[in-house]
Amino acid sequence: MSVVTDILASAGLWAAILRIATPLIFGTLGALLCERAGVLNLGIEGIMTFGAMIGWLAVFHGADLWTGVLVAAVAGALFGVLHSLLTVTLGLSQHVSGLGVTLFASSFSYYVFRLIVPVAGTPPTIVPFQPLDIPVLSSLPFLGPALFTQTAPTYLAILVALVMAYIVFRTPVGLAIRMTGENPHAAEAQGVNPVKVRYGAVIAGSALMAVGGAFLTLSAFNSFFPTMVQGRGWICIALVVFASWRPGRALFGALLFAFFDAFQLRLQTAIEGVPYQIFLMTPYILSIAALAVMARRARVPQALMQPYRRGER
Amino acid sequence: MRLERRENRPLYLLVGAPIAAIIAALILAGILIAIAGAPVLEAYKRILIGAFGSRLSATETLTRATPLMLTGLAAAVAFRARLWNIGAEGQFYLGAIAVAAFGSKLLAGLPGPVLIPMLLVIGALAGMVLILVPLWLRLKFSVDEVVTSLLMNFIAVLFVSMLIDGVLKDPLAFGWPQSQPVADHAMLPKLIARSRLHIGLAIAVVLAVVVWLIQSRTVFGMQSRAAGLNPQGAVFAGVPLGRTLVKVACLSGGLAGLAGAIEVMGVKGYVTTDLSPGFGYAGIVVAMLANLNPIGVVFAALFTAIMFVGADGMSRSLGIPTYIADVTVALSLLTMLVALFFTQYRIRR
Repeated sequence: MSVVTDILASAGLWAAILRIATPLIFGTLGALLCERAGVLNLGIEGIMTFGAMIGWLAVFHGADLWTGVLVAAVAGALFGVLHSLLTVTLGLSQHVSGLGVTLFASSFSYYVFRLIVPVAGTPPTIVPFQPLDIPVLSSLPFLGPALFTQTAPTYLAILVALVMAYIVFRTPVGLAIRMTGENPHAAEAQGVNPVKVRYGAVIAGSALMAVGGAFLTLSAFNSFFPTMVQGRGWICIALVVFASWRPGRALFGALLFAFFDAFQLRLQTAIEGVPYQIFLMTPYILSIAALAVMARRARVPQALMQPYRRGER
Repeated sequence: MRLERRENRPLYLLVGAPIAAIIAALILAGILIAIAGAPVLEAYKRILIGAFGSRLSATETLTRATPLMLTGLAAAVAFRARLWNIGAEGQFYLGAIAVAAFGSKLLAGLPGPVLIPMLLVIGALAGMVLILVPLWLRLKFSVDEVVTSLLMNFIAVLFVSMLIDGVLKDPLAFGWPQSQPVADHAMLPKLIARSRLHIGLAIAVVLAVVVWLIQSRTVFGMQSRAAGLNPQGAVFAGVPLGRTLVKVACLSGGLAGLAGAIEVMGVKGYVTTDLSPGFGYAGIVVAMLANLNPIGVVFAALFTAIMFVGADGMSRSLGIPTYIADVTVALSLLTMLVALFFTQYRIRR
């Protein structure tokens, strides 16, 4: 048992939780925004990959880090336009369109990366975001290293979650988004244009997903390699269900998930004789378990996955 | 300008849709090749030469098409019933590792004619087991099977990685994590001597015909289509929805598991974690390009295999990353979706 308490008492664990949670927070919020407007965006895995690649590439070519984040967001938004064209304008199957966007975005990322960065023994690196030194807070004993040694995008992720919770539940825009996700016909009767709302939500949501991907290459690591997103996008889709489509709970869910992930990473080194693959499986098993527990209880946006065509039922 | 639903879908549109989609995807990919500074037509010429230019490359293309046909069929039968089995990649690996386990140790004493069919069945069963988890979660807890079957892929590959690092590790592989090889007499006979092409291709083509017969000529086929077109309506019409979905899942998972088994017994002989360059995911594209038609899957798998094998040769000579094949295949899925849309709708002023 002392192994467990030792891990829990280390500041490194708590710092790792926030670091692991950051891309998940961005991704989950992005997916949540799309789904609140009634569009399932399975393009997330590919959009995160592309964000990771293009953000890194921008910085590698001399842009500063925040410009890299911005480039990723714009690229993500463009994939959002693509997904909206397929699912909103044409009303195609959101499942298949999203998988198509993921396959395209990830293979396109690898193509662009390989084209510009030739094969090398050691992958080229950039100087990533450095931990912010917050006066007083960062120098607190234990709490300082545990909670206040993060890079700026981590704090941004938490801020975005709070802002999104406010927008979704407290503003007319949020009301329009929720109406469109619940009943686009009723929304239209109220003077809301469901097509515009869905486009807006999917574009903004996809931009957030790409920023989540960019965090991986601009803060968590300092280089890009294929398959680095490792199913994080799919985990975000599961976290949306776990969060019952609420931004605040999405933040909580991502942190809880990151807690288990950071914990298993440390357990891996502490416990010997258990194959490391067992530990690596836990995030995926946890996601599936979370889905099984929450799927019945969660209140799904009623028009999720239903195409909207004016004049058609 | 508005969209109007077509009253009927003429045959020329259904046949033309995949052709138009592939041409559009090739044009879009051509733009990417041009941006990279290579001559586009020359690149496509070299892809064709790379895929068919010699006896070796032609048999290699057919060898590559074999698992794609099977994973394509796996996706096609599932999607037809609107069961979103995105887990073919994991089912492929589980089928492969099951064959490696039984074919290298447990059953290796059996004679070939008994062993080979047994191993094929074992591979298919392994694939079925994996899909039943997401299906059970859907039927019991109404969890969307897309995400669960996707997540199972990661679990399956880690499971395989654990086995080939542990109990099934080949001690003669100089420390590389790879499984023990299956017995020599468990390998599938060659279709053409002095090539890698094996009878797996024939098995895949025969299965495509069998699946087509099942879907168009049996009660189960009708029920599975009904479950996909309108689940509530199907229930009212007396279709046992749950039972139909279980059967569909077994067929789909079995085909994907069989793909893994055949890849091991036909080509590699052993399992590594890079046995599949995304056969499961490419199978989704294959199924969509075929418009979920089992016979169409055979041709769509050929197109995909041509791109992958051909791009290897083209990449070496023109310096275009091989990923252009993945990009083209992914683009063809997107263009096919749009093309299918226009078989259902027309634009009216």
